Amino acid sequence: MGTTLAEKLWDSHVVRRAPGEPDLLFIDLHLVHEVTSPQAFDGLRMAGRGVRRTDLTLATEDHNIPTLDVDRPIADPVSRTQVETLRRNCEEFGVRLHPLGDLDQGIVHVVGPQLGLTQPGMTVVCGDSHTSTHGAFGALAFGIGTSEVEHVLATQTLPQQRPKTMAVTVSGRLPEGVSAKDLVLTLIATVGTGGGQGYVVEYRGEAIRALSMEARMTICNMSIEWGAKAGLIAPDQTTLDYVRGRPHAPEGADWEAAVDYWQTLVSDDDAVFDREVVLDAGAMAPFVTWGTNPGQGVPLSASVPAPEDYDDPHQQASARRALDYMDLRPGTAMRDIAIDTVFLGSCTNGRIEDLRAAAKVIEGRSVASDTRMLVVPGSARVRLQAESEGLDLLFKKAGAEWRGAGCSMCLGMNPDQLTPGERSASTSNRNFEGRQGKGGRTHLVSPEVAAATAVLGHLSSTADLPATV
Amino acid sequence: MEKFTTHTGTAVPLRHSNVDTDQIIPAVYLKRVTRTGFDDGLFAAWRADRNFVLNRPQHDGATVLVAGPDFGIGSSREHAVWALQDYGFRVVLSPRFGDIFLGNAGKSGLLAAKVDESFVAELWDLVEDDPSTPITVDLRRRIVRAGRENAAVSAPFEIDDYTRWRLLEGLDDIAITLGHEADIASYEEKRSAWKPATLPARTSS
Repeated sequence: MGTTLAEKLWDSHVVRRAPGEPDLLFIDLHLVHEVTSPQAFDGLRMAGRGVRRTDLTLATEDHNIPTLDVDRPIADPVSRTQVETLRRNCEEFGVRLHPLGDLDQGIVHVVGPQLGLTQPGMTVVCGDSHTSTHGAFGALAFGIGTSEVEHVLATQTLPQQRPKTMAVTVSGRLPEGVSAKDLVLTLIATVGTGGGQGYVVEYRGEAIRALSMEARMTICNMSIEWGAKAGLIAPDQTTLDYVRGRPHAPEGADWEAAVDYWQTLVSDDDAVFDREVVLDAGAMAPFVTWGTNPGQGVPLSASVPAPEDYDDPHQQASARRALDYMDLRPGTAMRDIAIDTVFLGSCTNGRIEDLRAAAKVIEGRSVASDTRMLVVPGSARVRLQAESEGLDLLFKKAGAEWRGAGCSMCLGMNPDQLTPGERSASTSNRNFEGRQGKGGRTHLVSPEVAAATAVLGHLSSTADLPATV
Repeated sequence: MEKFTTHTGTAVPLRHSNVDTDQIIPAVYLKRVTRTGFDDGLFAAWRADRNFVLNRPQHDGATVLVAGPDFGIGSSREHAVWALQDYGFRVVLSPRFGDIFLGNAGKSGLLAAKVDESFVAELWDLVEDDPSTPITVDLRRRIVRAGRENAAVSAPFEIDDYTRWRLLEGLDDIAITLGHEADIASYEEKRSAWKPATLPARTSS
């Protein structure tokens, strides 16, 4: 019997295997940021330990930092202390850091791929659940807690229970105007927030193969939102084209050796997955959430569901609570929901292709008068790239705010937050209660839907927009 | 880490499923750089509601949290585990946990025990009926027992063997792994030379 890609990646990283113990896995790349690392560095200090492989560790500032006045000291003293703590820790332990103001600063999951540090066949971890993003390269990538961050810093390994494997096969092609975000939101609504628990998921099929690297990252990014340990996509020509020429990509003979290996990174034809899910991309449409977890979503053309639409009593209770929190009535057309704030950004949809897709929609149009739009590039380089293409001017001309790079309103740790009762259409990954600010109400959407919504002031797709003159 | 063998305490019935770690501790509390003192952030938004179960005086001093399925989903923040511990919880019972939360709990000495959904419902009823109901969680025998003498109900719980062993012994994971240093070094020897390294730093021109 053949093996799955996930199993190949797993087996090639086992440092030690013993009966009754989890496998000890080697970690090829450890990404670090300011929020989940201070206690880990403290732990090292208290135990008199160092960082075993500073050459496999990279830190950046993203979660906590402001997106305005980035050349001035951080105004919030608690945020400033956390960022300064990361700087001191990186200095003391010899870890490479891209701080605020540096050209390579940005959201950790945008920076890794951008530098060419994320490559097929690797294990990648970070104290952040959206580490699954890097699986788009055919890497085994997953989020860890702070104790595990300390463990990786000290040993460059992690003890891990071998997960089960799942295949998500998406056949057909996405229709025009339907994006990777719609695909993954559709998937999560189908399988539920716990559907991936205990699995490493491989996304495959014609629709996945047709996606760009950045769209693949959007899909893998949201693997955690349906509980999966990790999500990955086998590398192909699209992957090679993306990696080649990046600062840390292999060169010359090394490139050849790497490609030879990467081409073996596929699930064998006779490999057996523990579970399989099949979806048809051709039947998909713009998809948005109405509730307070990413599984509570419907097509944009549908209406807010009623709790009685669900069979499971937990889902019913959860829907009831969500409707109350979101201040929505069953039967309301999703398109009739007015939006106060549009957030375009995050590790889910803050890359250059996302900004381009939204810019294309907004070009020649204006943000609605009662709506504000925040555009937050995923990294400083994405910001520069967008500016070199004139996207910043285009957004600003339409009335949107053009900001510095970071996690920003995705989790509301910096000043970019919703106020109580404020409603957003957000290209981020979580619509949990209070996620974007206490009392804030979040609808998850694609970049295209975000842009169309900004123009019309209520949830909309590009098809709803009148033609520009 | 403190050893965990058996624990007896009273419980808080949390009749919620899909409790994400953003609810357990909102992001604004994650700016601190310390390892303790997160109890004020525990369920901060929900605690603003006077009727929220943690605010009911009959559950003061409870050490066991009984929650619906998919507890601890979402963000990787270990602060969620620390906040529960700082507040006084030693055990969380749920039919299903978020993966990263489960790992974090095991590392920090909070027992996250998987029990049947029907048993959770039974516990909710019992504890709501009598908040002083003693709950005993026996890690050696992997059994939860609730109630007094003849009226007591019990059910097995699931936890993986390795985490159970580490909790029983109170072992530090890193020390165990460093005991296998030779295995790590020999793996490092065999790694392909072309695998990327962050140092020396390269960057776009």
